[in-house]
Amino acid sequence: MTDHIPALHLQGIVKTFPGVRALDDVSFEVMPGEVHALMGENGAGKSTLMKVLGGIYQPEEGQIIVGEEPVVMTSPLHAKSKGIVFIHQELSLAEELSVAENIYLGELPRKSFGRVDWGKLFAQTNEILEKLKVSFDAKTIVGELSIANQQMVEIARALTVDAKAVIFDEPTASLTDAEKVVLFDVIRDLKDQGVGIIYISHRMEEVFRMTDRVSVLRDGSYRGTLETTETNEDEITQLMIGRSLDLSRNKTHAELGEVALEVRGLSCGDLYSEVSFDVRRGEVVGFYGLVGAGRTEIAETLFGLRDPSAGQILLDGQEVRIHSPADAIARGISLVPEDRKAQGLVLGMNCRDNMTLPQVDDLKAGPFMAEGAEVSIFDQYRDKLDIRTPGWKQLVGNLSGGNQQKIVIGKWLSMHPNVLIVDEPTRGIDVGSKSEIHNLIRDLASQGYAVIVISSEMPEVLHVSDRIVAMFHGRIMRTFTSEEVTEDNLIQAISGIESTEAA
Amino acid sequence: MQAGTLATFLKRGAIWGFIVLELIFFSVAGEYMSLSDKAFMDAGNMLLLFKQTAPLGIIAMGMTIIMINGNIDLSVGATFALSAVILLDSMSWPMFESLGDGVIFVGWGLALLTGLVLGALNGLIVWKTGVDAFIVTLGSMLGYRGLVFMYNGEQPTSHLNWTLVDFAEAQFLGLHTPTWFLLVVTAAIWFLMNRTVHGRNAYAIGDNREAAVNAGIRVGPHMMVNFMIIGFLASLSAVVFYSESGSVNPNDGELYELWIITAVVLGGTKLTGGAGSIVSTFGGVLAIQLLRKGLAHIGADTSTVNLVIGLILIAVLFLDRQLNVKGREELKT
Repeated sequence: MTDHIPALHLQGIVKTFPGVRALDDVSFEVMPGEVHALMGENGAGKSTLMKVLGGIYQPEEGQIIVGEEPVVMTSPLHAKSKGIVFIHQELSLAEELSVAENIYLGELPRKSFGRVDWGKLFAQTNEILEKLKVSFDAKTIVGELSIANQQMVEIARALTVDAKAVIFDEPTASLTDAEKVVLFDVIRDLKDQGVGIIYISHRMEEVFRMTDRVSVLRDGSYRGTLETTETNEDEITQLMIGRSLDLSRNKTHAELGEVALEVRGLSCGDLYSEVSFDVRRGEVVGFYGLVGAGRTEIAETLFGLRDPSAGQILLDGQEVRIHSPADAIARGISLVPEDRKAQGLVLGMNCRDNMTLPQVDDLKAGPFMAEGAEVSIFDQYRDKLDIRTPGWKQLVGNLSGGNQQKIVIGKWLSMHPNVLIVDEPTRGIDVGSKSEIHNLIRDLASQGYAVIVISSEMPEVLHVSDRIVAMFHGRIMRTFTSEEVTEDNLIQAISGIESTEAA
Repeated sequence: MQAGTLATFLKRGAIWGFIVLELIFFSVAGEYMSLSDKAFMDAGNMLLLFKQTAPLGIIAMGMTIIMINGNIDLSVGATFALSAVILLDSMSWPMFESLGDGVIFVGWGLALLTGLVLGALNGLIVWKTGVDAFIVTLGSMLGYRGLVFMYNGEQPTSHLNWTLVDFAEAQFLGLHTPTWFLLVVTAAIWFLMNRTVHGRNAYAIGDNREAAVNAGIRVGPHMMVNFMIIGFLASLSAVVFYSESGSVNPNDGELYELWIITAVVLGGTKLTGGAGSIVSTFGGVLAIQLLRKGLAHIGADTSTVNLVIGLILIAVLFLDRQLNVKGREELKT
């Protein structure tokens, strides 16, 4: 921290969406040569803040100051021209082109008649690559590089401008440990050159290893900035979760029945390995972990979308092999997928047809569909789940997120599954419908269903689950009962701080 | 919501409105420009129109399913030609000589089997390789046409069976035999798409394939069945047409696929899948045949016909887009 003018200063940023105050008076600053962590739960407002910074959203109040100049950002390109550069979690590279072309895409050096000045292009690029100390050169085709090296290309792209602040969004999400070391070296180099760095991450270990200060967002509001050396995990966690949760923890144990689903030593390539757990009838088992921890992949395996590389799946004590969703459905396993619009619903179809899609074949009378029976199933579950729609003819695409989710849940309930897997039950659903869905899940358990809930929202997992499986990097770190779980030990388990549970 | 329904209504009804416009236009223009004295909307002329619509119309019903599914089949013209060759040639094979007119059933059976097998082959490749149906059927279009030429070189294949010709030229309740085939096929496919699980699944797969898989629908076999249906219909179309004409050139059926796709798209079926209607496809083929016939009636030559149909196709898709955008905006408010 060589001087006292921040590289980037956010002052009182307010951004609202209909019904939600997504950012509420957020202020913090990044000094030149500082690595500043930005932390918060999913939905705390980090990505909204980044979109404000990149000019994708315009804040209602507050200002962004770069150096000493207040700037109204209009686009990511505009932000870049002001020296604010983003390194996104998802890479956006043209895989068929060379490293140099990717780095200077849209601004290739020209000669007369619009010809590309290849000599200059490669020379400039190699100059930047040298700074990054990477093992490939300007002419390498990007598609041939590892993910880590592709990320280096993104970083190199950031360095073509005189960057004042670089924002890393979960940069280590898809990197191996060795690759991380290289990335951290690059970040330290940038820091030494006086660039301010915002480092967004869920991983405590990285935050403590890399950053100078930590700012915390919660529910869209700024909760404070701590010197990294003077704080600890508990304090940060406290700031992130803060309030005593307004969702009461689930303590009501329904009568647990038999084990409906048991998984033994299930592995799938390097997505997850040696996963063992069971789910009883009348029980909700929550899976909590970071994005990429392998939770969705386990659900997909149980539903027949992925073949496991090892391990067993037992339903009611019988080993089963599941190769397709049709197999899974026939055995009573159903999945409410993560992205209901892309994976769960046929948006151009009406409510009734969506709800009965997996079972029209069972319902049919002779060669023709039994539309009357379909309508009565729809009516029954519309009432049961309180789905608000003018009628079964309504296209599903016109319903609200909460009602769409209920259609997907109703689709499976009407087939009386043995095991119901719900992946991110309330993603993109408004607050009111959220608690309805939560109550619905609890109800289902008390009716004797075996339910698996995968969620990235801690309050949600804590609220609905009887037991919580904490995952980190494709492994189960620990299984908590609802009595022993706390926010602290849960967040530590999914950050990989606690050692693997003794088997 | 009201406006959304209006847009749907306009889209569904548009093809029929277009047909009415065509009828009015050609009737009026025919008064001044026609070479013949007969009125355009003469009953005999209209019956002939239906009959002439049949060959393309029968295949278009299959194409509608394929396109609702999100696929396309470019090989129907070649399948049509190969089935016709098999139909006419097999009736003169010595081994069936003793059958007398019974040979008709053999010829029909073999021709229809040809279509079924060629369609199954398309479907199997699409299913097992995962290659886009456009590419697969582009290949089979060339391949199947190659088989037609291998069969008889550049020579036409001919065989006239008078019993068969009488049947094909017959009129029942005023309608010609091919018209009856078209009506029966249209009704059958309508039932398939609107009343059976297979039809429901076809829409679901075309609209959101991933969601369909997640609902336990076996997408590959489903698609294969659809390719078999369209192959069968392509050969049925050949059977109906060549029973009467009795002679097939190796080039017959070329560009059929494009006329058929044009008709299906005019009828409002989306190239991207998930939406489409059998009844509107019926309107689409009728509209195209009406246009060809009408333009000929007022003395336009073939090149003019193609130009006009091309322009209309683009205009219709543009209008469709406008209606869709409007419908979406209305929904948001």
